[in-house]
Amino acid sequence: MSDGLNLGPVIEIEELRFSYPDGRAALRGINFKAQRGEKIALVGPNGAGKSTLILHLNGILSGEGVLRICGQAVTAKNLGEVRARVGLVFQSPDDQLFSPTVFEDVAYGPIYQGLTPGEVQARVEQALEAVHMEAYIQRNSYHLSIGEKKRIAIATVLSMQPEILVLDEPSAGLDPRARRNLIELLAELPQTMLIATHDLALVRDLLPRTLLLDQGQVTADGPTDAILSDAELMAAHGLA
Amino acid sequence: MSDAARLLDPYQPHVSLLHDLDARVKLALAVGFILITALCPPGAWPAYVLLLTITISGALLSQLGLGYVMKRSLLALPFILAAVPLLFTTAGNTWLSFPFFGTTANISDAGVVRVASIALKSWLSVQAAVLLAATTTIQDLLAALRAYHLPRLLAVTVALMWRYLFVMSDEALRMLRARTARSGHLAGRKTGGRLTWRARVTGGMAGSLFLRSFERSEAIYHAMVSRGYDGEIRTLPTRRLSQNEIWLMIGGSIVLSMILLIGIMTGG
Repeated sequence: MSDGLNLGPVIEIEELRFSYPDGRAALRGINFKAQRGEKIALVGPNGAGKSTLILHLNGILSGEGVLRICGQAVTAKNLGEVRARVGLVFQSPDDQLFSPTVFEDVAYGPIYQGLTPGEVQARVEQALEAVHMEAYIQRNSYHLSIGEKKRIAIATVLSMQPEILVLDEPSAGLDPRARRNLIELLAELPQTMLIATHDLALVRDLLPRTLLLDQGQVTADGPTDAILSDAELMAAHGLA
Repeated sequence: MSDAARLLDPYQPHVSLLHDLDARVKLALAVGFILITALCPPGAWPAYVLLLTITISGALLSQLGLGYVMKRSLLALPFILAAVPLLFTTAGNTWLSFPFFGTTANISDAGVVRVASIALKSWLSVQAAVLLAATTTIQDLLAALRAYHLPRLLAVTVALMWRYLFVMSDEALRMLRARTARSGHLAGRKTGGRLTWRARVTGGMAGSLFLRSFERSEAIYHAMVSRGYDGEIRTLPTRRLSQNEIWLMIGGSIVLSMILLIGIMTGG
């Protein structure tokens, strides 16, 4: 879904704050912008607020502050449009794959969006082709390996043709070959990408910009090389 | 604590007399209360009032507040609906009649008394259960059940269900969240899909959750066996009840028996 009119940042966040119902503050004033096509890493220790931030991008959680996706403020009314623009890939592919077959899982988004059967078929085929899993279309998602499940999980959001891909710990639990294949796959995808991860090698290989999050705040934002080579900064935030 | 645990766990941590009381005493008194309430005949209004004063005192003593206990006890409402037909089927003097699909429906005075009594008794019983569950942790409650010689297999089943209920509901919540994240809208299209398709998706989710539960139960069993599980869960021995606690149980039983006696004398 391309939006030729909006040439500004695709993600704009200003002073985003969020507390869970038990009073725990998870986000304490997040600020950042992402330009179209940027590949950004979101790193930080456990409990830094990475997953909470990710859930805001898709409107699953809503905090206080400014959050604009493709120039459009996220409100209760346009959540559906935001969800079509931001594809969220969850950490556990089992959460994402809930249908009996791969086809039905990948087709969920397009069918929900009201596409015709022909369009749905085309979208599913394109998405599976993008993740090199065309041969799995009639397979049962449940019996795939974790690496295969991750690819299908990515296809389930690609089929919605999102502008922004947000992935939570995509390389967690993968063996070295599956991890390498996943990194190659992600490098091929043209979308704006925000990846929350502890896998610093993946960050170095794939993502030129890094946001370091700790205690609900962005504590560093800049070129990946500069941030990852700052040993003092990394150690101070439990990343080294 | 997980999201689901926060939503589901009825235990309310407070410092109160009722929280401090041994779970065995609370369990015995709560079960006794429910038994006596059930045995009270219909229309035994003075006995109901006495039982209500006990639950109100419990709510106040437990620091939970009357509002909390009353709100939670509304759980009894749907069960009361099952008693509504008694309004029409109980023999007695006609109290009210109205036309109903071409015939006349008669509500008898005895029916009203019975339904009102069932409603009150269910509500009182649920209040006792709410008080017990809100002031006792599940671990203490299970230990109390074991102390009263509940079959071990049943106790283990309840314990494991409680432990994994939250894991499963967390999984269900995450799955629903993943579905919501992919429920996008396109301008100019009718979104949401057909009802039958949505039902199929929901069915798929339930099936997937079932498969995962099944697989997880195997994994848990293997982990238990590898740590020497032989079908029996051993727990540390529980302490003996103190003199005071035993007196409290005897006193409670006497009070409850007297209320039952009043109920039998005043009820219909």
